[in-house]
Amino acid sequence: MTAFPILRRTDRVLVQGITGAQGTFWTERMLSVGTNVVGGVNPKRAGRKHLDLPVFASVRAAVAAMPIDITVLFVPPAYVRDAALDAIEAGVRGLVVLTEHVPIQDMLTVFARARVLGARIVGPNTAGLVTPGEAFVGIMPGHNKNVFRPGRIGVISRSGSLGTLICLNLTRAGLGQSSFVGVGGDGMLGTTTEEALRALDRDPRTDAVVLVGEIGGAMEEDAAGYAATMAKPVVAFIAGRAAPPGRRMGHAGAIVTGNAGSHASKREALERAGVTVVDTPHDIAAALFARLRLPVQDTV
Amino acid sequence: MNLLEYHAKTGVLGPAGIKVPNGRWCEDPEAAALAAAELGPSVVKAQVPTGHRGKAGGVRMVDTPEQAHAAARELLRITFAGHRATAVLVEERAPVAREFYAAVLYSPRERAPLVMFAAEGGMDIEEVAARGTDTIRRQLVMSPDRFHTADAAAMLDDLGLDHMKPRIADVLTRLYRRYRETDAELIEINPLAELADHTLVALDCKFVLDDAAAFRQPSHLAVAAADPATELESRAAALGLKYIELNGSVGILANGAGLTMTTMDIVRHFGGHPANFLEIGGDAYVKAGSALELVLDNPRVRSLVVNFCGAFARTDVMACGVIEAWQRLKPAIPVFFSVHGTGEEEAVELIKREFAKDPFDLMEDAVRAAVAAAQ
Repeated sequence: MTAFPILRRTDRVLVQGITGAQGTFWTERMLSVGTNVVGGVNPKRAGRKHLDLPVFASVRAAVAAMPIDITVLFVPPAYVRDAALDAIEAGVRGLVVLTEHVPIQDMLTVFARARVLGARIVGPNTAGLVTPGEAFVGIMPGHNKNVFRPGRIGVISRSGSLGTLICLNLTRAGLGQSSFVGVGGDGMLGTTTEEALRALDRDPRTDAVVLVGEIGGAMEEDAAGYAATMAKPVVAFIAGRAAPPGRRMGHAGAIVTGNAGSHASKREALERAGVTVVDTPHDIAAALFARLRLPVQDTV
Repeated sequence: MNLLEYHAKTGVLGPAGIKVPNGRWCEDPEAAALAAAELGPSVVKAQVPTGHRGKAGGVRMVDTPEQAHAAARELLRITFAGHRATAVLVEERAPVAREFYAAVLYSPRERAPLVMFAAEGGMDIEEVAARGTDTIRRQLVMSPDRFHTADAAAMLDDLGLDHMKPRIADVLTRLYRRYRETDAELIEINPLAELADHTLVALDCKFVLDDAAAFRQPSHLAVAAADPATELESRAAALGLKYIELNGSVGILANGAGLTMTTMDIVRHFGGHPANFLEIGGDAYVKAGSALELVLDNPRVRSLVVNFCGAFARTDVMACGVIEAWQRLKPAIPVFFSVHGTGEEEAVELIKREFAKDPFDLMEDAVRAAVAAAQ
């Protein structure tokens, strides 16, 4: 049983689109840290080996040959629907969709099927999952020891680049990470910030959680409702305070319309839930130190 | 991207068999006068892709061709939330008995399509909700290819709709089908009017096309209304870069939406003002050179912060692009770097060699220096 969306070294990973330039580049790096990549999919190269791994025509063919826990999709936007449906119909329970710009209607079809067949999706438009010292899937520098170190802080991020910076800051401050969960930058995601927060709250290897949010949508507000019930401390940074309203800030989900999705709304909801919200990424480590010592001070 | 009302009505609703008023697209006052002469008492509506058009004075009732001419002349001059109308829609005025609201969108929480109906229309759905009259119905569609008239009819109980129920259910199912097949992010009919003879007519329509699916909706893409853009923003769009011009003096070049927004936030945190949003994340990271050119072509830029944190994007490739553009453009402004992540060692070496200084270790320090230099 996997802990998905928390990644484990024991998770057997399939790479859809393994033979492409990005699929190859990142699969090499995933393998270099010990990720249990067991095969790949490319309908045109079925039966061959790539990076010394078997290539299958479909996820169904792969599943017939070996057990698969998680599949990661390096697939262009127009092909994501069929690739994801192939994985779901084949019975794979964890999908990581890295692709940006997947049509909404395609994802609605995919999510409906995942619901029926019990699959969980991370993404689309996620940078992936990292468990330092164990494994990573996606397009994160999970192989870079300056960025990721094993430890006890869980990190949830909508953004790959900002999530990377924050893990780097934590590592430098001596705070290793239990797991990084990239939830993705789209407006509709298979795993929300709240769902990732619940997973890290249940994770016995996580002592505290850093929530890296951004303007747009209501995921941070929803997560605040759950954070209020948590014993583990949560520290948050929300990007986009200086963003002009009504403009889409790079990510499809990062847009403020009216009051909905504003930095102020998210900050207020999180602070009301007892989450420490900091002004700069650099302040996160100090806030974690303060919060992790709090129970000790209370009992003195 | 949004469609104008006219294109939403004729291109989206019309083909689905949802009735719209008889109307004419008019690009000048003379055409509006001719249309009014043909249609009789009419409504003249500025064609701009923005809400609250009515409250902003963008909709005029006219009884004569002369009034239509005057209304069109005025509406074609006004700017609505940054949008200038290039045409007005002249529509026949319908005798309305009752107004409803209908929409299809998606719920991020449930990851499913959401059909909405309200027995009150003509105002924002938020306003209807604030009245607390319990006239709004929401139906999630958990199997997105199955939303039939019976499902729609089940939404409409206890709203006092009587004999109108089957007709409204029919409109909702047609609207839902259109939502799926036209790659809409949102379709909204507000108001959906019941006329004196009980026919249902869409008096206004808002249609937001999913940007990610525009490639397979050529007929809608061809008429989609462009967002108001500055010259630099249009150039960026042509290059496939996400650039937003702002009023400040600190130029920003960063990778990834989250990191770029954060760089802007830190500029504000230290009392400065960002000159732009520009991210070269995703596949765009190889375009660092042309991206830098855009940032520097904004005459308000007085200092530059380059903030890279490579995950997918390789910082060495981005640094190469920056250096190539810098050598070509020879800008006379100070630049402050912070570089971490994928390709960091090579990138730092390249920057040290070209600029004879180390990147800042903390992005906060790079931004603080850039803010000070811009003042």
